[in-house]
Formats: sequence, structure tokens, C-alpha cells
Amino acid sequence: MNGEQRDPQAGTVDGPGAARVPRPRTAGGTGLLQIRDLRVSYRDRGVPLPAVRGVDLTLAAGETLGLAGESGCGKSTLAGALLRLLPGNAEVSGEILLNGSDVLKMSWGRLRAVRWNEASIVFQGAMHALNPVRSIGRQIAEAIVLHAPKSSAATARKQVGELLEQVGVPAWRAESYPHELSGGQKQRVMIAMALACSPQLIIADEPTTALDVMVQAQVLTLLKQLVQERGVGLILISHDLSVLASTCDRVAVMYAGRIVEQGPGHRLFADAAHPYAQALAAAFPVIGDMASRRAPRGLPGDPPDPRELGGGCAFAPRCPVAVAECVEYDIRLRTVDTERSAACVHVGVPA
Amino acid sequence: MSVSLHPVLEARNLHVGFGGRGKGVPPVRAVDGVELSVDRGQIVALAGESGSGKTTLARTLLGLQRPNEGQVLHHGRPLDYSSRGLKALRRKVQLVLQDPTGALNPRRTVYEAVAEGLRIHKVPGNERELVAKALSQAGLRPAERFFQRYPHELSGGQRQRVVIAGALVLEPELIIADEPVASLDASVRGEILALLLSLRDELGLSVLVVTHDLGLAWNIADRLAVMYLGRIVEVGRTEQVLAAPKHPYTAALVSVLPEATGRTPVILSGESPDPSRIPAGCRFHPRCPALASGLAQRAGIADRCVGETLPVLPLHGPHAAACLLSGHIGDGIAGAAGGSPTGLLSA
Ligand SMILES: Nc1ncnc2c1ncn2[C@@H]1O[C@H](COP(=O)(O)OP(=O)(O)OP(=O)(O)O)[C@@H](O)[C@H]1O
Ligand SMILES: Nc1ncnc2c1ncn2[C@@H]1O[C@H](COP(=O)(O)OP(=O)(O)O)[C@@H](O)[C@H]1O
Ligand code: SF4
Ligand code: SF4
Ligand SMILES: [Mg+2]
Ligand SMILES: [Mg+2]
Repeated sequence: MNGEQRDPQAGTVDGPGAARVPRPRTAGGTGLLQIRDLRVSYRDRGVPLPAVRGVDLTLAAGETLGLAGESGCGKSTLAGALLRLLPGNAEVSGEILLNGSDVLKMSWGRLRAVRWNEASIVFQGAMHALNPVRSIGRQIAEAIVLHAPKSSAATARKQVGELLEQVGVPAWRAESYPHELSGGQKQRVMIAMALACSPQLIIADEPTTALDVMVQAQVLTLLKQLVQERGVGLILISHDLSVLASTCDRVAVMYAGRIVEQGPGHRLFADAAHPYAQALAAAFPVIGDMASRRAPRGLPGDPPDPRELGGGCAFAPRCPVAVAECVEYDIRLRTVDTERSAACVHVGVPA
Repeated sequence: MSVSLHPVLEARNLHVGFGGRGKGVPPVRAVDGVELSVDRGQIVALAGESGSGKTTLARTLLGLQRPNEGQVLHHGRPLDYSSRGLKALRRKVQLVLQDPTGALNPRRTVYEAVAEGLRIHKVPGNERELVAKALSQAGLRPAERFFQRYPHELSGGQRQRVVIAGALVLEPELIIADEPVASLDASVRGEILALLLSLRDELGLSVLVVTHDLGLAWNIADRLAVMYLGRIVEVGRTEQVLAAPKHPYTAALVSVLPEATGRTPVILSGESPDPSRIPAGCRFHPRCPALASGLAQRAGIADRCVGETLPVLPLHGPHAAACLLSGHIGDGIAGAAGGSPTGLLSA
């Protein structure tokens, strides 16, 4: 489960010689990103491996969307697809509208401009991708110069200092090398690099997974500030539903390449409708809740092999409340209430 | 649980340092005066942020690291550091590490991985039966179906079960688990923790689990010790420590848990305090929100916070914290400290 999944190239997006294009800022905070029926299939030794199987999502400016799910469910693949950063064996279909234009149909030139001016990704484990023999200031300056080739060395240096201060790393740290920084500081440097282009959309893939609680809280607070102060749209990816519930306006839970539940973050954690989302929420105890004291809860079994998915609910083999209907036909998202939807036969009416 | 009757392993006034050989290079005081005991059938969690000395303490308890001062007692007797003594200790006290993938040799089957300990320690008996028993105790059933599998054919959770089976096969008294679920998925995490709990209940196993995950402590630990800069700053029954922390550091850790509701998070600025420069007075004072907010001043202890060396918390006894405030405001520390978060990004 751990070993085989790979992430697209580590590090922030890089696009040499990006053209400067005017940036259409979305008015009123709607429709920064719209994803419709996104599908990604990897060709794996001739066999198709469907990693994302029909995902619809929207994100407004100033909004935070959480994406949860266990390893291999397609979170990083989805993130990579948004900026067309997947390896060559990936086939992508559907629509990804960023400020109204379809990322999947863009020319390379336009795509490069988008990667620099509209959206950035902080990849999973990206902090390990910092070049060990260059000072972090130089690495951030390179990002700035790539993005704005005409900026002078002095301007770039000043901007490096500003970016570092913005993410809570003292400006003098620009002289430091990666090994002189802690994990949390490196992660913040990666966020500073992602900010070099003042993006409208930031995608952060497991930005706090390797960090301890205090540093995690620092990084999450920083991301929340960016959303509030600059109105960026944030997609936060994690397998820790408790992190997402506390940080995100909305959370989508993925299972086997599909969204199985979507709704406000706090409600998903406190009272999930889909049995998989319930199991994920129960995996993180609420301290003080005697029901979880000396009673850790997990979910037996493994996620399905995407190559062997048949019809029916993909969660059925692990589901404690499965019924005969579950394997008979495909179960799509249904309305739970005005705010939520979930893909389970036990839920409301088909959406 | 006040007086311990059957301590399996104890740390007494333990100090462990590194380096300091070069000119002007101060030695790192990774473990700086620790008293800790793990009793028979007890699950103790050792929490604290990165670099606080948890792993160094665990390694010292295992005899993998020699203390500079103080000692480790196994059933009340000081560790025997001869190779024979250490070999005997390692049969009784087993280590389980964070990353099951790194702990397993990719070219060895599950059977070989589990049998290895039996061969090293020349354990008499039927090897196949012992291996099968350990695998099924670790929840891999029927065990024979896993014998010939290789690590890459297993999920992350199954790999961690194989590592645990490799420890169980020697019928240890104590397992020291360093972040045993940190690299595992949320869904698998609960399964592995439930396994540790059932091993304690069924086999009377003791567990010392090292983690920065307080939810893990809530899930399984009887006692919780919180470490800061090489020293245990708070210890007690898990419910007490988490529900009513007495030390401002513990209160801050609890307040930043994502699921903490209703509490203002106290986000400490800076990170990884430097164990080569442990502050004088209370070692937490440069980051202490109670000192910064004036709470310590109002309690009349601010001068002592920066000047007075605090005593080491005793080995046994009730819920206690190494903080001058703890006598003054008792259970109120979380609320009191929570009202005045220090600035996040002022590091
Ligand atoms: N062999 C060594 N040489 C020098 N310093 C060391 C050595 N091992 C550990 N240290 C230092 O001792 C301190 C405590 O390290 P330790 O690994 O015990 O921390 P920890 O609490 O386990 O942290 P984490 O949560 O990151 O695993 C750190 O400052 C570390 O850099
Ligand atoms: N480059 C690739 N080639 C083939 N399969 C891949 C590749 N990258 C990911 N996969 C597969 O796609 C699925 C989804 O992976 P991923 O998006 O990385 O999941 P997550 O980020 O949720 O852990 C997994 O089954 C994984 O093994
Ligand atoms: S549709 Fe059936 S199998 Fe799927 S989650 Fe709902 S009850 Fe379980
Ligand atoms: S002794 Fe003083 S500085 Fe130390 S934790 Fe208590 S209040 Fe804070
Ligand atoms: Mg991923
Ligand atoms: Mg450690």
C-alpha cells in the first residue's frame, strides 16, 4: 500500500520563461475552480489503472476545501491533474475550469502562465526536494526570477526576505541551507516558494503529515491566514480528517477514486453519513470523549485494487452495513441534506 | 496506580548527552534528568515535540545508548552492559520502530523475518509453531497464509503487524514502540493500537509508546509522561494529564489538537528548542505563555521562573507537573493559558 504509490515530481511547479499575462481576478468569490467528471487512468503495463473515476468539485476564492481518504485513493493524482503535472502514462478526461478556462484544453504557453500566475502546488514530501547545497534564499530567488525574469537581483533579494517573513521564517534564514532548518521551517519555505507568484489557488498535498502537533498547528494557521488575508482558494489534502475538519470550510472524502461524501468540515467529522467517512472520523479520537478511551477504532481490510474494481459500491467488501443492493449497481452521490451528499444506499434520495 | 509494585524497567536520574568535543561546541543534553518507570502490564506513553529527547530516552532504556549519569534498572537491577547482558535484555525488551517498510528486509519472507529472533536467541521449540503463534497474536490469521509472502505483497498495516510479530515471538515483557503508527493510514492506525491494547490485556505485556500524537495516548495509555527539552515536565494518569493539564506546555499541546473544540489554541512560536542550550531557571520559560501573559507575575512566581532550577519529577506518585504555577492555580492552567495565545509567527 505504501510502497507502490508515487507522487508526481516533487517540488513546486516550475515553468521557465513564463509569459506575463493579465490575471483575471474572480469577482465576488465564486467559481475559481470547477471540476467536472474528472477521470484519470494510468496505463500500468498495458492494464488500465483507474485512479480517479469521475470527480466533480467546485472551489471559490477565499474558500478552503479538504480532500481526505486513505493512501492510494487518488488524492495526489487528482491534485496533479489540476495543473497537468501527471506522468506520461496518465490519461485524463473531463473538465477543469480555472477562472472559466479549461486547463485540459489549454495550449502549453497558457498552461505555463497559469502555473505561474494562478495556481501552485506544494507537493507531498516536497520539503525533501530542496536542493541541499544551495541556500534557501537562492532557491526562492530562482523561483521569483523564473516567474518575473526582469526582476533585478536586489528586488529579488528583497522579495525573498518578504516571502520568508510572511511564512514566519526570519529573513536572515535566507542564508541558511536546508539541513540547518527544521522540518516545519522547510515546509514553510516550500509554501514561500509557492507564494512567489501570488497564486489565486494553492493546492497543498499532505503539508503537515510528517510534522509534530505544534509545528502542524503553525503551518495550518499560516495557510488559514493566507486564505483569509489574500482570498486565495486552498485545497488541502490529508488522510487526517480531524486536521481537515478544523481547517476547511468543506471536506470531500475520497474512496477508490471517487468522492463518497462531501459537506461542511465540522459536520463530516462529527456526524458523517457514509460508513467509510464514519470509520475515518472514528480513527481520530476526541480527547475527553470516554467512548474512545482505551478503545481505538480502525477499519479492517484494505482498499480495493483499482485494476479490479467491478460494479457496485467499492466499499462493500469492508462495509459493516452492506446490503445486497450495494453490489448490484453503482451508487452515486445522493443528497443527505441541503449541505451534504454521500454515496451510500442508506442515505436519502439520489441527487 | 500510585505505588508501583512490579516495575519492569526504570530510568533513574538519567542523563544522556552527545558531542561537545569540538572547541566551542556545547554538548547536547538530549536526556537531562529523567525518572520514569514502566510497570508490568502497563501502557505508558511518552509525548513531546520533535527533538525533546524521546527516542534518545527509549534507546537508553534498551541499552543501545549508555547514560552519562544515572542508571536504567531492569526488575530493580542496573543494566548489565556486557554483550551477554544486553543480549538477554533484548529478548525481554523489544523495539518496534515507526516505519515498518524500513524495518523489514525486502528480500526476506514474513516467515524468515519473524523466525530471525528465534534463531539469534537460539530459542528451543518448534520454530514453525512459534512463528505461527506470533503471527496470529499479531492479527495475521491464518498465519500459514502469510509465511511465504514478501513485504511488498503486504499493506502498510500488515507490515507493521509482521514487525510486531517479530517482537512477540520472543515473548518479551516490554515492547518499546517509537511512533508505531505515524507512517500508517488513519484506518490502519486504530487497528494497530487495538492490537497493542489486546496484547496487554491477554499477555500482560508492558508497552512504552513514544509519540507526539496525544490522541494515541488517549486511545491506549494508562500513564502519560510529557517531555520537554530532555526532561519530563508532566506525568500522571492519561485522563488527568489530558483533561486537566498542569503544565503550560502540556496545555498548549492539548489546545492545538485539531479536534480540540472551544479552546483557544495556544500556538507556541519557534520550534525544536535547542538541547545544547537549555535555558536556566524553568527550561520552558522562554516560550511559556503563562509567563508571557503575566499570569506567572500575578501569581508572584515570575522571578523564580527565570531563576530557579526546578526539581525532577518523582518516579512514582500522583499527577504532577514541573511548574511553579501548578500549586497556585491547580487545574486552571489550560483555561488561564488559553486566554492569551502568544503570537504565532514571531519566531
Ligand atoms: N547521535 C546524536 N548525536 C548528536 N545529537 C543527537 C544524537 N541523537 C540525538 N541527538 C539530539 O538529541 C536531541 C533529542 O533527540 P531525539 O531523537 O531523542 O528526539 P525525539 O524526541 O525522539 O524527536 P522526534 O519526535 O523528532 O523523533 C535532538 O536535539 C537531537 O538532534
Ligand atoms: N505514475 C503512476 N503509474 C501508475 N499508477 C500510479 C501512478 N501514480 C499513482 N498510481 C496509482 O494510482 C492510485 C492513486 O494514487 P495516488 O493519487 O498517489 O493516491 P493518494 O495520493 O490518495 O495516496 C494508486 O493505486 C497508485 O498506486
Ligand atoms: S452503499 Fe452499501 S456497501 Fe457502500 S457504503 Fe453504503 S451500505 Fe456500505
Ligand atoms: S515554572 Fe514558570 S516559566 Fe516554567 S512553565 Fe511554570 S509558569 Fe511557565
Ligand atoms: Mg498522496
Ligand atoms: Mg524520535
